[in-house]
Amino acid sequence: MFWASYLLAALAVILAWPVPVMLSKARWTARAPGAALLLWQAIALAGGLSMIGAMLTWGLVPLGDNLLAGLRGLAALIFDNNPADSGLDPVHVFALSAALLLTVHLVFTLLLTYLRIRKQRNRHRDLLNLLSSPAEHSPATLVISHPAPVAYCLPGGEGSVTVLSEGLLELLSPAELDAVMTHERAHLAQRHDLLLLAFAAWRTALPWLPTSQLAQRAVSELTEMLADDAALHTARRETLIRAIAVVASGERPAGTADPAGAGLPGGAESDALSTAHRLRRLLTPQPALSTAAQYLVALVALLLLSVPTILLIAPGLAG
Amino acid sequence: MATLGELERAVMELLWTQIDTATAEDAAITANTLRDRLARSGNSADGKELAVTTVLTVLSRLEKKGLVRRERDIRPHRYRAVTSREEHTVELMHEVLGAAPDREAVLARFIGTVTEQEAETLRKLLAG
Repeated sequence: MFWASYLLAALAVILAWPVPVMLSKARWTARAPGAALLLWQAIALAGGLSMIGAMLTWGLVPLGDNLLAGLRGLAALIFDNNPADSGLDPVHVFALSAALLLTVHLVFTLLLTYLRIRKQRNRHRDLLNLLSSPAEHSPATLVISHPAPVAYCLPGGEGSVTVLSEGLLELLSPAELDAVMTHERAHLAQRHDLLLLAFAAWRTALPWLPTSQLAQRAVSELTEMLADDAALHTARRETLIRAIAVVASGERPAGTADPAGAGLPGGAESDALSTAHRLRRLLTPQPALSTAAQYLVALVALLLLSVPTILLIAPGLAG
Repeated sequence: MATLGELERAVMELLWTQIDTATAEDAAITANTLRDRLARSGNSADGKELAVTTVLTVLSRLEKKGLVRRERDIRPHRYRAVTSREEHTVELMHEVLGAAPDREAVLARFIGTVTEQEAETLRKLLAG
């Protein structure tokens, strides 16, 4: 089981740094955002699994030859309360505790992030109910009285809404408005909020891991591209580009300094980068990745998930 | 009969007007006063008289949401809006336009912030 723990540790390191850095720089992801999203999820899951798995298997080495035997040994140790002859020294105890702590930490952070985001959404919804009015002719759409052209969707299961500002309605033609609405509804229909929630939790749980930030940014950008693609099913490319241009350039009218943007916190910077990527993709369209290549990406994602799983159970299989 | 949501809006409108127009001491009003004003502004237009208990229900819902503050020092209790309508709009828009780390998970905006240079390019694109 010794070698398995080292292989898992190696995998954890690879998935925590070089692989995500490479993927975040890759150009093909814009041509297959769906497949790229699959890959990001596999990297995050396999990364977490191998991190925890490496510590768990290494810590269990003195207790058994494989995961099952080791866990059985651990259970016997805890319940029989007879640590003297186990050979479990403090270093191995430390590894086991770390594995347990990391697992609990990840699960709890996911839960807390979910609760915090739900609370923020509820508060936002309360304010919207007071400050907006339902849009004419379109269901689940609210109009807020504000001059800045903004459009967004607030997910919330059954009660998801798309919100438009009066400024937006003034600036956009009906066709452009349609493109914006289709884009927002694609976010809701494809449940992008769940993905963004998971990756926001991952970033909160492991903020010191550079990849958790890279991953969140990439996932957010890829979901925008998917929504753009959905909008392009019904809208012309020029219409969508125009809508993006109007909304993006209308937000800060020429000559007025934007106090919120003056300090440009990290979020705004990555926002700008993501917008640039989306626009580049729309202005110089590239063919989608071939179906074969997309299947290949999905296969890689599957492999990524199976490697740590196999490493965890293989020592038991090998005897 | 107006729905609870509509009543909440009507009550908040009245409380907002109250803190905008009244002096600091008068910014809080009782449920009875609110009921009378709601009746006057036509919120019981279907002929049914609006009950004070309904107004109290609405007020306690709004209090739970952190939008209304109850002043308990004298009876009957008086209610006031925590802040003005404009402040709430600012809070809402700040959440939409701001760059809080969790914003993307809370709500998905159509387009993010662009740099000044990009905005310039976009304006040219629109003009051309």
